Amino acid sequence: MTKVEYLSMSKPLRILYKIGSFFKSIPLAIWKFLKKIPFVILKLLRKATIPFITLKDALVYGDWKVRLSFLVCGFGEFTRKQVVRGVLVLLLQICFTVYFSVFGWKMLANLADLGYIASAEVPINTPPYTRNFYLDNSLLILLYSIVTIIFALIMIYLWYNSIRNSYVLYKNEQIGKEASDKEYLASYVGKKYQNILLSVPMVGLVLFTIIPMIFMILIGFTNYTSDRLTPIKLFDWVGLQTYANLFASKVSNSNLIIQSFLHVITWTLIWAFFATFTNYFLGMVVAMLINKKTIKLKKLWRTILVTTIAVPQFVSLLLISRMFDESYGVVNEILKSLGLIKKSIAFLSTFPITNIVIIVVNIWIGIPYTMLICTGILMNIPEDLYESAKIDGASPFKMYMKITLPYMLFITGPYLISQFVGNINNFNVIYLLSKGGPNFTFKPGVTVPTQLTGLGRSDLLITWIYKMTITNNPKDYASGSVMGICIFVIVAFLSLILYNRSSSVKNEEDFQ
Amino acid sequence: MKYKDSIYNPDFIRNSSHKKKHTRSMKAVSKIGTGATYIILVVISFIWLIPFVYLLLQSFAVKFEPEYFIPREFTFNNYVQLFTDTTYPFWKWYLNSFIIAVVTTVFQTILVLLTAYSLSRLRFKGRQAIMNLILILGMFPGFLGMICIYNILKLFCGGNEPSIFSIIIIYCANSAMSYYIAKGFFDTIPKSLDEAVRIDGGNNNTVFWKVIVPMSKPIIIYTILISFTTPWGDFMLASMLAGLKTSNWTVAVGLQTIINTIGNETKMFPFFCAGGVVVSIPIMALFFWLQKYYVEGIAGGAVKG
Repeated sequence: MTKVEYLSMSKPLRILYKIGSFFKSIPLAIWKFLKKIPFVILKLLRKATIPFITLKDALVYGDWKVRLSFLVCGFGEFTRKQVVRGVLVLLLQICFTVYFSVFGWKMLANLADLGYIASAEVPINTPPYTRNFYLDNSLLILLYSIVTIIFALIMIYLWYNSIRNSYVLYKNEQIGKEASDKEYLASYVGKKYQNILLSVPMVGLVLFTIIPMIFMILIGFTNYTSDRLTPIKLFDWVGLQTYANLFASKVSNSNLIIQSFLHVITWTLIWAFFATFTNYFLGMVVAMLINKKTIKLKKLWRTILVTTIAVPQFVSLLLISRMFDESYGVVNEILKSLGLIKKSIAFLSTFPITNIVIIVVNIWIGIPYTMLICTGILMNIPEDLYESAKIDGASPFKMYMKITLPYMLFITGPYLISQFVGNINNFNVIYLLSKGGPNFTFKPGVTVPTQLTGLGRSDLLITWIYKMTITNNPKDYASGSVMGICIFVIVAFLSLILYNRSSSVKNEEDFQ
Repeated sequence: MKYKDSIYNPDFIRNSSHKKKHTRSMKAVSKIGTGATYIILVVISFIWLIPFVYLLLQSFAVKFEPEYFIPREFTFNNYVQLFTDTTYPFWKWYLNSFIIAVVTTVFQTILVLLTAYSLSRLRFKGRQAIMNLILILGMFPGFLGMICIYNILKLFCGGNEPSIFSIIIIYCANSAMSYYIAKGFFDTIPKSLDEAVRIDGGNNNTVFWKVIVPMSKPIIIYTILISFTTPWGDFMLASMLAGLKTSNWTVAVGLQTIINTIGNETKMFPFFCAGGVVVSIPIMALFFWLQKYYVEGIAGGAVKG
């Protein structure tokens, strides 16, 4: 179909055509994707073989110094005048060997069953005549196994790097090039400056984000709850049992969990959608109102709105949750004294009302942010666009739809996406306002699974995890981890789709 | 359309009264529009300020009575109580929050700037990989990992609750994750300046101190502001790491506990309000003082994503 034919179609037809062509293109896209796979695998394989080829070359063509550095890291380096580098690698190798032989291998050996005996009572001579000895600790075994594996990976990389470097030094020596420590150290201020700059942030990231994250994902495959808190008790691998408890309908009562899960996930998405878009559009409207040329005291209006940002969120949210309270809330009292209602409304503990109140309060919180962001951008829209629209006789609404909105969406697209994703994990607003309530009610006589304890109808996935792992008793870490992975899947999926779409918008360069 | 009223009629154009009438009516419309806008703005300001007025008024209340918006009797005792109460050691929480916020600010600012600078200015192998890694890590609900950290810290403290020091470590360790906005700002600084410094014999270090730092005052102040206010107002992590020892709490955890303890709803409400006011004042002062930089920061972050 040519472009002229497409343009001559009516709007609904165009949409139908687009949908049709989308489905038509699916097989081709899949075929293209499949065709790519062998090449990608080949490319990866080729890349993966490079280290082995280097190692082989070093072993075969290198001299004895290079060959010895297979066993003693850095030997080829400190015998060829790169003393500092060689000694550092050697020290690391010694550290690793000591760590692994004294400690690490025990942990790795225990990883498969996470310990046999948690503690033992041993008689002693002094009162109280027995003493508990803690032996295996599943938590520490799992943790140190991860640490050991990561340490080992880093060591292997450094080992490979040091051999490669020794080989390079050997080759340089053959052609009469001399290496020195000075040159090596100078490279860290020049070419390798990022290694110095990024070392501290990256170590922090690995120790306090990546290792805990791997740990928590693995916890999802164990039966770790606060009933099995180490060091008194042990926990164990259970495979996919936790997933089955939550999502497989054959296991008793997990239908209840699935229903609640669907409710929570629907509400999470509805919430994220409304929280993002109400804030965005209303904030833009407020910014436009303040930006009007005839309006004076612009700074005052803005400052008043910014107060919400300046006051810490937990203060304002807790205060508002008090104001909307059923028995002690000032809102109910005011409505009563105005004669609008006779009985107090349970704003924060009735099913649909709570959710609406939360969205409305979130508007109150979110508008100032959008207003601040939009103000500057709105002022940057070229004035001549509006003038030419006025000459063409466009109404203000049409100007908004055809100029302001596309421009704003174009500029703030990434912000909108990050807001959407951020709202999926918006803990503060939900937890501090309603604590996730009103709670789910189940038919009497049904045994409610522990995972649903305290779960309410305005809970997001993140507050559900919080309840499972922090406030509930027993704390169910395994289920929390599974839910965390659910959040990851949802967020990753959404951001992949949205970012792809927005980058297509970016490429158009309509307003540049 | 009749010829008489159309612009093709020279008389119509020449007839200035027509034009005047038109502009006058336009003016009237825009006047009504302006009036309506003012009314809307006043209503909005009213809605936005009323909770804070309520907070301030109730912090002086002798007794909390829900039916009175303005308390009937005023007192200063609630503020005194903040410093004397023994079950809820507010001043201790305040000190904790302050220490956490200050120390975090120092380290976080440095780490964020270092990360942003190297990812924006230096080109090296693995740069894209690090950025992708941080993007993916950001998709995990971060506090899941905190559960693990909490249990481990507890283990290392011999079963005791970890101190506020652990909160500081966690806030600081994750600071590399929030490099986006600073990086977006650094990207806009022209590269020709770097090259000029390099020609004069400077290295990466000089580029950072002589070009980037002097030119990014707004973003440095923004980073400081954010890294001070975030731990100050953070509830989730603090509540998780707080444990049962009240002297370890931050203001966020403390005030939440006060207000949500059953039996405290009316009794402690003025105390809570006084606490809220005291907590908000430094942040508000800081915020209004540095508002300009904050706006630049979030607006820049929104545009660059």
